[in-house]
Amino acid sequence: MKMVRSTLAVLTAAIALGVSSFAQAGATLDAVKKKGFVQCGISDGLPGFSYADGKGNYLGIDVDVCRAVAAAVFGDASKVKFSPLTAKERFTALQSGEVDVLSRNTTWTSSRDAAMGLNFTGVTYYDGQGFLVNKKLGVSSAKELDGATVCIQAGTTTELNLSDYFRANGMKYTPITYDTSDESAKSLEAGRCDVLTSDQSQLYAQRIKLASPDDYVVLPEVISKEPLGPAVRQGDEEWFDIVRWTLFAMVNAEELGVDSKNVEETAKTTKNPDVARLLGAEGDFGKDLKLPKDWAVQIVKQVGNYGEVFDRNVGAGSELKIERGLNALWNKGGLQYAPPVR
Amino acid sequence: MTTHSFKPDLPPPRTVVGPWAWLRDNLFASPLHVLLTLLALYLLWLIVPPIVSWAFLEADWVGTSRADCTGEGACWVFIKERFGQFIYGFYPQDQRWRVDLAVWVAILGAGPLFLRKMPHKAWYGIGFLVIFPLVAFWLLHGGLGLEEVPTSRWGGLMLTLVIGYVGITGALPLGILLALGRRSDLPAIKVICVTFIEFWRGVPLITVLFMSSVMLPLFLPEGMNLDKLLRALIMVIFFEAAYIAEVVRGGLQAIPKGQYEAAAAMGLGYWRSMGLVILPQALKLVIPGIVNTFIALFKDTSLVIIIGLFDLLNSIKQATTDPRWLGMATEGYVFAALLFWIFCFGMSRYSMHLERRLDTGHKR
Repeated sequence: MKMVRSTLAVLTAAIALGVSSFAQAGATLDAVKKKGFVQCGISDGLPGFSYADGKGNYLGIDVDVCRAVAAAVFGDASKVKFSPLTAKERFTALQSGEVDVLSRNTTWTSSRDAAMGLNFTGVTYYDGQGFLVNKKLGVSSAKELDGATVCIQAGTTTELNLSDYFRANGMKYTPITYDTSDESAKSLEAGRCDVLTSDQSQLYAQRIKLASPDDYVVLPEVISKEPLGPAVRQGDEEWFDIVRWTLFAMVNAEELGVDSKNVEETAKTTKNPDVARLLGAEGDFGKDLKLPKDWAVQIVKQVGNYGEVFDRNVGAGSELKIERGLNALWNKGGLQYAPPVR
Repeated sequence: MTTHSFKPDLPPPRTVVGPWAWLRDNLFASPLHVLLTLLALYLLWLIVPPIVSWAFLEADWVGTSRADCTGEGACWVFIKERFGQFIYGFYPQDQRWRVDLAVWVAILGAGPLFLRKMPHKAWYGIGFLVIFPLVAFWLLHGGLGLEEVPTSRWGGLMLTLVIGYVGITGALPLGILLALGRRSDLPAIKVICVTFIEFWRGVPLITVLFMSSVMLPLFLPEGMNLDKLLRALIMVIFFEAAYIAEVVRGGLQAIPKGQYEAAAAMGLGYWRSMGLVILPQALKLVIPGIVNTFIALFKDTSLVIIIGLFDLLNSIKQATTDPRWLGMATEGYVFAALLFWIFCFGMSRYSMHLERRLDTGHKR
């Protein structure tokens, strides 16, 4: 027993050493530049976040974050390769160096941030658990759901959040668990449950799967905090900064009214010092990040500002038609806020 | 003198031959039969019309997007639009001819093996088994003048067939060697083979795949990223070889001791007596078991979904997450089931054919 334990300890130490040995500052950027592309871990299929079109191109918010990082580093958003990862593989893939960025619909939590050897660089999407109900039920708030039958996807934190919420509000419910989102959508449609619960971003996708989506409504209550964002390996602050500021640049661009259409023109003509600094017309703030001077211009030109990315993938310009809500800019009632470039 | 002529034969009574008699014998022979027949008819009436109406009558066949699917039934437009992806995965569109070519090489190359009388068939077969994988790998992966297509772009039915083919051709020889090793008189070889077989039989395939994709990278030195598909292939071969070994061992045990002694009396050494006398008989006996394992293997290939490889099933699953095609899961899974059934049914028919052809006695 003792020997087993000491062997395990040695193994664990070896893993830890192995992980930390190459997570030195600057190592990732150098490696990325050397191989000529960013290796990015994405989901193996999540509507609006990462999915493939008929030609095999990957699309989605998570995908666009990776393309933006490539645009910042190389000035070319196509210099990125994607590794579709399952939920269980994702952290190993990042720790073992298989991917440089993990942009895979991952909720930022303290334990993941502290104990998994990774760092979250920001929040690309403020998500939260919500409810989808049939309009016929005549319910306008989750507080009226006492006694309801609830469809859940098994094995996620969704189950725990649900039980917490109903207990806190002194309500009863009957859970029916399903393995996939397709099954739970079918079940709601067949009337086997009154309400379906999942992350709000996914409820909109679930709604499209139903035969008559207009008969169903997403309730306003959000019962959990699910900030989704990209993560990088711990210990390489330089790479961490690059990924973090890529996201900030997209948010700043939207706030300053710079979009993919006007960015090149604006970079030449702008009188606004904030815009000039962001786009490299004044000073060279890319240099501090070890990026080219026009890094932000390339991001916005090739991928778009945050608002464009949101609209195209999950917002008004997509099939999902999710409202900005929490993901609106801070000066428009949302939470998206980026520190200034200066 | 009167000539005696026979009366013409009467037709058999209607209660003995003809459809009516068949019905009576098979479906309405007793009150219980009547009850069961009616019940079965009722169940068929419940199940079949909705399926036919969903799959054919009310289904949509033409169009390019979900908006074209206006009927109540299935939306086969989805399958049509994504067909290329289901077959080739993310393989670059302008390079797909290479996959087709590899399939044609396989069909044309293996063709002569199905001819009954062909000179040097064994040598040809062995040569084909050695050369074809090299050619196929070159065609699919590229290099030497062809554009390189990394395995991460492989997918769809093509990937399913690659895993199935490599698994089968890798596991059979390894399994036979393991089976022989397990019955060996040399203790070291025996222990190694028994340990190997029992280890791989003792863990579920899903665990093995999971280990290969989640644990292995942590133990490998930095910068050494074994290809994910390669890892999965090795695991599948080892896993299935252990099963094949036990099936073959069953066949070896069924060969009477006299055969071993006769081979020895002829002065044949170990390998020749095995190769010329024992194995041909043993393998023939266990064809159903081996094919059973192959069919199971072929279906098990879809387990690579848990390590994020895009086989047929995962390609379909991935396509259903495209917001433009949400809600097409049923059509996708029905299509997958159909393709899997065609391949598995084909394999089982071929094994029956093989059994009949190799049937040289042993029948009681």
